[in-house]
Formats: sequence, C-alpha cells, structure tokens
Amino acid sequence: MIEPLLFVLLLALAVAILKLKDLFAIAMLSGAFSLVSAGLFTLMDAVDVAFTEAAVGAGFTTVLFLGTLAVTANTERQQPFRLGPLLVVLVVGAVLIWAGLDAPLYGDPTAPVHTHLGAEFIGRAPSEIDMPNIVTAVLASYRGYDTMGETAVIFTAGVGVMLLLGGRKGRDLDEEDQD
Amino acid sequence: MSEVLGHWNQVAVIVLMMIGLYTVISSDNLVKKVIGLNLFQVAVIMFYVSMGKVAGGTAPIFPVDEAGNYVTDIAFSNPLPHVLMLTAIVVGVATTALGLSLVIRIQEAYGTVEEDEILDMDHREAHV
Amino acid sequence: MPLSEQEMGKSPMRMRDKLVLRVVSMAFIPFILLFALYVQFHGDYGPGGGFQAGVIFAAGVILHGLIFGLRSAERVIPPKVVEIMSALGLLLYVGTGLLCVALGGRFLEYGVLDHHDPVHGQHYGIILVEAGVGIAVASVMLCIYYAVAGRGRR
Repeated sequence: MIEPLLFVLLLALAVAILKLKDLFAIAMLSGAFSLVSAGLFTLMDAVDVAFTEAAVGAGFTTVLFLGTLAVTANTERQQPFRLGPLLVVLVVGAVLIWAGLDAPLYGDPTAPVHTHLGAEFIGRAPSEIDMPNIVTAVLASYRGYDTMGETAVIFTAGVGVMLLLGGRKGRDLDEEDQD
Repeated sequence: MSEVLGHWNQVAVIVLMMIGLYTVISSDNLVKKVIGLNLFQVAVIMFYVSMGKVAGGTAPIFPVDEAGNYVTDIAFSNPLPHVLMLTAIVVGVATTALGLSLVIRIQEAYGTVEEDEILDMDHREAHV
Repeated sequence: MPLSEQEMGKSPMRMRDKLVLRVVSMAFIPFILLFALYVQFHGDYGPGGGFQAGVIFAAGVILHGLIFGLRSAERVIPPKVVEIMSALGLLLYVGTGLLCVALGGRFLEYGVLDHHDPVHGQHYGIILVEAGVGIAVASVMLCIYYAVAGRGRR
C-alpha cells in the first residue's frame, strides 16, 4: 500500500505551496506536485492519465508559470490571517466528506461505476475496434464526439491567448516601436 | 471512524481539494490563485481516477498471449474515467494558459497582480 | 523582483553559454521529437496517443527555445506555421467525421472508411483522428509558449 504514502507527500507539497511566498519556488513545487500525482495515477492503473500529467503538469505548466513570473513580481505580498476563508473551507470539506461516506469503497469491483459502460467497453472493444489499448479505443472511437469537443476547446483557448497577448502581429509592432 | 478509513481515497482527495480552494480564496495574488485552481483540478482528476480503480485489476490495455490473441479474462480497471480525465488535463492546461494571459494583461494595465490593490484602483477611479 | 531575461531564455547570452546545457539539450532534442512520434503512433498498442504526443513534441521545441532563445525557436518553427497548424489539426478531426458522412456512414462512424472490413475502417479513423489531435495540441501549446514568452521580453 504505497498509495497513502504518496498521498501524504502530495498533501505536504500542497501545504508548502499554500504557505510559501516565493512564487518562483511555488512554480517549481507545482511541477514536483504534478510528478508525484503522475506516480499515483500509475498506481491507480491510469497509465495514460499519468503520462499526460507528467508531460503537461511537470513540463509545460511550469514553463507557463515561469513565463508569467517574468512579467509579474515573483514574490507574494505578506497577508494578514483571515478567519473567513478557513471557516468556508472547513465547512465545505466536512460536508463533502460526510456526503461521500456511503459511496463505494476504494477498489470495490461491484461499484456501480464498473458495472455499466466501463464493462461494456472492455467487453466490446476486442471485436469491434481490435486495439490493445482500450483507452485509445474509447477516446477516439466510442467517445469521438467528446474528444472532438475537447480539441475544439483547446483550439479556442489557443485563439484566446493569441487575442489577449497580441499574437505574432502585435508583437512585431511592439518591437518596431522599441526600435 | 472505520467508515472514514475505508474511504481514505475520498478523504485525501477532499483535503487536497480544500487546500486548493483555500489557496484560491485566501490569497490576493492572482498567480497564486491560478496555482490554487491547478491544485483543485488535480484533486478532482484524482477523485475520478480513484473511482475507476478495481482491486486486483490492471491497466486497461489487453495483454497479448503467445498465439497473438488478446487476454480478456483478467480484471481491468475502468477505462472510462481515464479517457475523460486525460482530455480534461490537456484542456485544463489550455485554460490555465488563458487565465495566465489575463493575469499578464492585468499586470500591464495596473502594474500589480494583487487583487486588493487592483480593486482599490478601480474604486478610486469610480469616485473621481 | 521579476525574473531576469536570461532565466526565461529570451536573451541569447547566458543559457547558450552554458556548455553542459547546450550539449545535453542538443543531444536530447532529436530524441524527444522522435519519442513524440513514437507515442503518437504507438498509442493504439500502449499508453500514449495524440494528446501526450502533442505535448511532448511542443516540450522538445520549448526546450530549444529555453536554451537557445525564443528567436531561434521561432526560426525552427515560425509562429505563422504554428497558427495555421492549430486550425488544421482540428480540421483534420472534423474532416475525418465528414469523410465518414460522405462515404455513407454517420458522423465519425469510422467503419465505412474501409468497405471490406469495418474493423480496419476503425483503425484508419482512429489514426486520422489521433493525428488531428496531436497536430492541434502541439501547435496550440507552441502558440501559447510563443505568446507568453514573447510578452515577457519587454
């Protein structure tokens, strides 16, 4: 049972991210956080998710935060302790834990989540798609509409970033101004 | 108490989620708020993936036996949460990038990314 | 205090002068790009697929940008190419769906892509769709990197 240990490490990293004021260190810790969570995903048999999290979280997101910190200040201002947010978080957390108590136990093979669509996909994929990786079969074929929508969202986000940050043309103009 | 221990995965995920939420609502720095949202997102993804785990199961990729046929009579973890969360991670980083570009534009317009200072400036502007 | 320009790889001065970084990244970048292609096309058999491959490919180019400067990365893959490819990736996905409609099936019903064996049609469809996802993800990630890193230059 190495999962709870990794969870403890993950929680420690999250608390460090919460407590630190140096945003540069926080960006680095969030990369480490993603790497540890990728390890946990592997232990939960989600190898594709772990792969994505390791590539995206530990690689790309860190570069993104560093790029932002090059423009903004890289330390957070000291703040007085406020009781309100802590109370909100404690109440919401307690309610969520209480609400989750009658959910199926971790790893229970008879949980409702495993008895409908998941089992159906595993049963039909060998004859209908004939690919060893069920995740790819479900992603690209059975749930092709969903993946198309996700690709469109990624494209839209890219367009949004280009609009906000000026994209290629805006930057070339800025440089001409500087010269 | 044993009920809570049996659901250790949910409890851990919810604690993680609440640390993320607390970072979002207690910090005034917009970059740190985005990092808090990221923690929250990883917690939600972890929740879905932990629901897909089957005890004694393996990753949802069919092993191939010597004759070249798929071995289908072993327990696999549920592939559906994996599919949904895999796309959610990449969409999440794209939307994080959108949020950070907004932060960059705010920095350029106001010269700060501390929320209370930005609100002060807006407030003063409205009363001039 | 904001990060200095060298730390973001925008100035060609310091990162490029570090011999170990330069040699190691020069040796690694081709393998990272090759690994991205492996992940893309081996996704049917093992972990991987378009989403992961796109991010890994972009990471290879971003590593080049961090070490040799943003300008150098923009010469390798110009921003204009990246912008066009991000739309082309999505169009390849939607186009595969429309091709299925043109061949008499429903939208994204890959079975009709091969008129002998619907299972082979599924394979063609999945490869095309994954290629679309890979192209779109890689170019959007590069687009975002160019936009954010270029903004910090000032």
